[in-house]
Amino acid sequence: MQTQDAMNAEMAAKPEMNYLNNGSSLKSWLLTKDHKRIALMYLISVSVFFFMGGLYAAAIRLELLTPSSDLLESGTYNKVFTQHGILMIFFFLIPSIPAILGNFLLPLMIGAKDLALPRINLLSLYIYWVGGAFTLFGLMQGGVDTGWTFYTPYSTTFSNSYVMAVGLGIFINGFSSILTGLNFIVTIHTMRAPGMTWFRLPLFVWAHYATSLVMILGTPVVAITILMLALERVGRVGIFDPSIGGDPILFQHLFWFYSHPAVYIMILPGMGVISELISNFSRKKIFGYEFIAFSSIAIAVFGFLVWGHHMFVSGQSVYAGLVFSFLTMVVAVPSAIKMFNWTATLFKGSITFDTPMLYAMGFMGLFLIGGLTGLFLGSVGLTVHLTDTYFVVAHFHYVMVGGQVIAYLGGIHYWWPKITGRMYSEFWGKISAMLVFVGFNLTFFPQFILGYQGMPRRYASYPEELQVLNIFSTAGASVLGVGLIMPVLYLGHSLLFGKRAGDNPWMLPGLEWRTSSPPPTENFETMPVVTWEAYEFGEESGLDLDEARRREAAAALA
Amino acid sequence: MQNTSWVPLFPEQASTFAWQVDALYFYLIFVSVAFSIPIIAAIFFFSMKYRAKEKYATPDEIHGSMVLETVWSIIPFVISMTIFLGGAIIYFQQYTPPEDAMEIYVVGKQWMWKVQHETGQREINELHVPVGRKIKLTMTTEDVLHDFSIPAFRTKADVVPGRYTYMWFEATKPGKYHLYCAEYCGLNHSGMGGWVYVMEQRDFDNWLSGNVSGQTPVEAGKDLFQNKLGCASCHAGGAGQRGAKLEGIFNTDVKLVGGQTVKADDQYLRNSILNPASQVVEGYQPIMPTFKGQVTEEQLNSLVAYIKSLSPGAAAPTASAPAAAPAMSANSNTAAANKTAPVKPAANSNK
Repeated sequence: MQTQDAMNAEMAAKPEMNYLNNGSSLKSWLLTKDHKRIALMYLISVSVFFFMGGLYAAAIRLELLTPSSDLLESGTYNKVFTQHGILMIFFFLIPSIPAILGNFLLPLMIGAKDLALPRINLLSLYIYWVGGAFTLFGLMQGGVDTGWTFYTPYSTTFSNSYVMAVGLGIFINGFSSILTGLNFIVTIHTMRAPGMTWFRLPLFVWAHYATSLVMILGTPVVAITILMLALERVGRVGIFDPSIGGDPILFQHLFWFYSHPAVYIMILPGMGVISELISNFSRKKIFGYEFIAFSSIAIAVFGFLVWGHHMFVSGQSVYAGLVFSFLTMVVAVPSAIKMFNWTATLFKGSITFDTPMLYAMGFMGLFLIGGLTGLFLGSVGLTVHLTDTYFVVAHFHYVMVGGQVIAYLGGIHYWWPKITGRMYSEFWGKISAMLVFVGFNLTFFPQFILGYQGMPRRYASYPEELQVLNIFSTAGASVLGVGLIMPVLYLGHSLLFGKRAGDNPWMLPGLEWRTSSPPPTENFETMPVVTWEAYEFGEESGLDLDEARRREAAAALA
Repeated sequence: MQNTSWVPLFPEQASTFAWQVDALYFYLIFVSVAFSIPIIAAIFFFSMKYRAKEKYATPDEIHGSMVLETVWSIIPFVISMTIFLGGAIIYFQQYTPPEDAMEIYVVGKQWMWKVQHETGQREINELHVPVGRKIKLTMTTEDVLHDFSIPAFRTKADVVPGRYTYMWFEATKPGKYHLYCAEYCGLNHSGMGGWVYVMEQRDFDNWLSGNVSGQTPVEAGKDLFQNKLGCASCHAGGAGQRGAKLEGIFNTDVKLVGGQTVKADDQYLRNSILNPASQVVEGYQPIMPTFKGQVTEEQLNSLVAYIKSLSPGAAAPTASAPAAAPAMSANSNTAAANKTAPVKPAANSNK
C-alpha cells in the first residue's frame, strides 16, 4: 500500500496509465472486456433511457395540471404513461445500480482484476442495447398503450399498438439481467482476494448477491410470460383470453411472480449503497453487519412469496388474499431491521455531511415513508379501497425514486472521484440533493391524499375537486426535474475542470479506495491481501490517518 | 354532498365499510407516526451530537447488539400482525356477500357500465340504490378487465371476462357519489365512470316504477330458454329428458361424470352454458352444444337468473311491481339525481 503523498508525487510526474486512457479508439471501448469501461457505457445508455422516461413523466404531470384531458388526448396519454413505466422500470431502474455501480465496483471491492466472466459481461451490455433498440423501434412506430403491466386480454386481443416490438425488447433485455446476475454470483464466489472472507465483504456486495439471485430466478418467468403473450397475440393460442379458452388472471399471477421480486431487484442494490454511505460517512462500523447482510437475503427469498398482493381485488380467492397479506407483513420486517441498523450506526460516529451522505439521509426519510405506506397497501381490507389509485402511485414512487434513484445518485456522487479521478462541486452537489428531496416530496406526497380520495391511476382526466393537489404535484415535479438535471451539468463540468480527487479523498478503508483513481485496467498493481474486518476505520485498517491529517493541515496553511 | 373544502382530504363515508376502513387508515397513520418520530428524532440527534469534530477520526467500534436486534425485529412483527388482522377482518366482510342482499347485475364494456336491476330497469354509467339495504353486484365484462370502484363506499372489485365477480355494500347516506373504472381498460378508461345515486327507499321505489324496460331478467331468461334458444327441448324437466333437470338445482351439490362434485352456483351455470362438455352431470351424455358467441353477457345473466328462479328459495325478483312502461325515459336521470323531489317520470303520466 502506497501512501497518498507518494501517489500524488507519482501522479504529478507522469500521466498515470488508467482504464480511461488505456486506448481511446472506438474499438477499444466497444470490444473491451474491462468491467469499468462496460460500466461507463452502461452509465451513458441508462442515462439516455432515464432522460427519455423523465420526458414522459413531464408530459404526464403537465397533462394532469388541469382536470380535463386537454394537452394530450387520452390515447396519447395512455401511451405516455405506459412508455414512462416501461423505460423507467426495464431500462433504467433494473440495470441502474447493478449494471453501472455494481459492474464498476464489485471486482474492486473484493480485490479482483475483473468479473469472472468478462466476455459475458460485454455480451449482457450488447443484449441490453439490442433489447433497448427493439423497444425504441416500437415506440417510434407508434408506441404501446397497454400499461407497463401488459394485462390481458387487453394486450393480447384489444390493443392496436406495437405490443410485440416492445414485448420483444423487454424479453431480450431480460437476458442481460440474467447474465449480469450470473456473472456477479460467480465472481463473488470465486474471485475474492486472499483474506476477503464472506463476512468481510462490504454490504454493497451482499446486496448484489441477493439481487443476482432474484435476477436469475425471476427473470426467466417474465420471459416465458411474454412468450405466451406473443403466442396468444400472434398465434391466437388461448392462454389468457377467455373468449378463446384462456384465463386473464393467470397472466397476472405469472406477471407478478416476476414483477414483484423485480421490485427487490430495484431496491436491494439501493439498500447496499446506503449501507456503504451511512457507515463510511460516520466512520463507524455498520451496526449489526450480519443482520443487514441476511436481511437482504431474507428479502430476496420472501419477495418470491408475495406476488398475490398485487391482485387483492382481481377476483382471486379471499383466502389467497389473506395468505398474501400475511406474507407481505412478514417481508416488511427485514426492511424495518435495516432502517433501525442504519440509524444505530450513526450513534457515536464521526459524521460528515458531504453530498453522498445528504442523499443517504434523504433516502432514510423517503424510504421510511415508502416502506410504511407499503404496510397500508399490505393491509388487505384497506387496499381494496386504495388499490389502483394514486396512493399506489405515490407509494411505489417513494420506494423506487425516493429509495432507488436517491441511492443511485448518492452512489454516483460517492464513487465519482474513483470513477473519474475528479471532484465535483460540493456546493452544487448539496443544492441538487436538497432540491431533489424537496421536489420529490412536493410531487408525490399530495398523491397519497389524492389516492385516499379515490382518484384512479392511469386517468387522463379527473374530477375538478382534485385539481389543487394535482397542481402541487406538478409544481413539485418541476423542482424535482431541475434537481435531477443539475448533476448532469456539474458532474460534466468536473470531468474537465474538477480538482484531482486523489486515490482516497475521504480516507476510507474499502478496497476500492486502495487503488489509484481512476484505477488501472487491471484494478490493482499488486494483489491485495485483506487483513482487516469490514468497515474498519482504525489503525488496523492500515490507512495512514496521521499522514492524511498532516497533509490536510499543510494544505490549509498553504 | 360535494366536498366543499379547498383541498379535500377524505372522501365521504357513505357505506357500512367506510368507517371501518377509515378507522384502519387512522390506526396505520398513528403507527407510522409513532414509528417515524423516534427514528427521525434519533437521526437528527445523532447528526448534531456526533458531527465530526476532527478529520478522519476513528470512533470506538460498536459491533451490534443481539438484544436490540431481537427487540426491533419482534416489535415490528407484532405491530404488523395487528395491521394484518385488522385488514383481514374487513377484507373478509368486503368479499363475502350476505345471503339476503338485493342483487343487481353489472356488465362492463369498453367504455361504459351497463347495469340491470332484478325488476328489469337498465341504466348506463349510473347506479341507483336504496339506502340501508344490502346490495350485491354480480359482475362480468364483454371485453377486457374493468374495475367497479366507489370510493365513498370504500370498496371495489375487478370485473373479469369469462367469469362472474361479486361485490356488495350497504349504503348509509343518500347522495351522489363517484363511480370509476379503476382497472386500466384502454382508450377512454378515464371516461368510463359515472355516478352512484343513493336514495331513500321511497324515492327508490318511485324511481323503479318509472324506468322499466319491459322484461325482468327472469322473464327475459324464460323467453330465451323456452322460445329463442330452445333450451327447453332438452331441459324442460320431467323424466327421460336428454338434459339435466334444472328445477331446484341452484346452490345444490351436483355429481359430475368422473365422480367430482361441484356446487351449482352462478359460475357453474354460466360455464355449463358456454362450455357444456367441461362439467357434465352424472347420468347424462355430453351432447349439449356450446352457446359461446351466441348469447350476450346480458342474455347470460338473464338465463342464469331464470334458472335460479326455478329453485325454490333461491333469489327471486324483488317485490316492487314493475309497471309495463316504455324503455327508460330521457329525463329519469335528472329526476333521480334530485333525490329529495318526488320522482314523477313522464312514462307514468302517459298512462
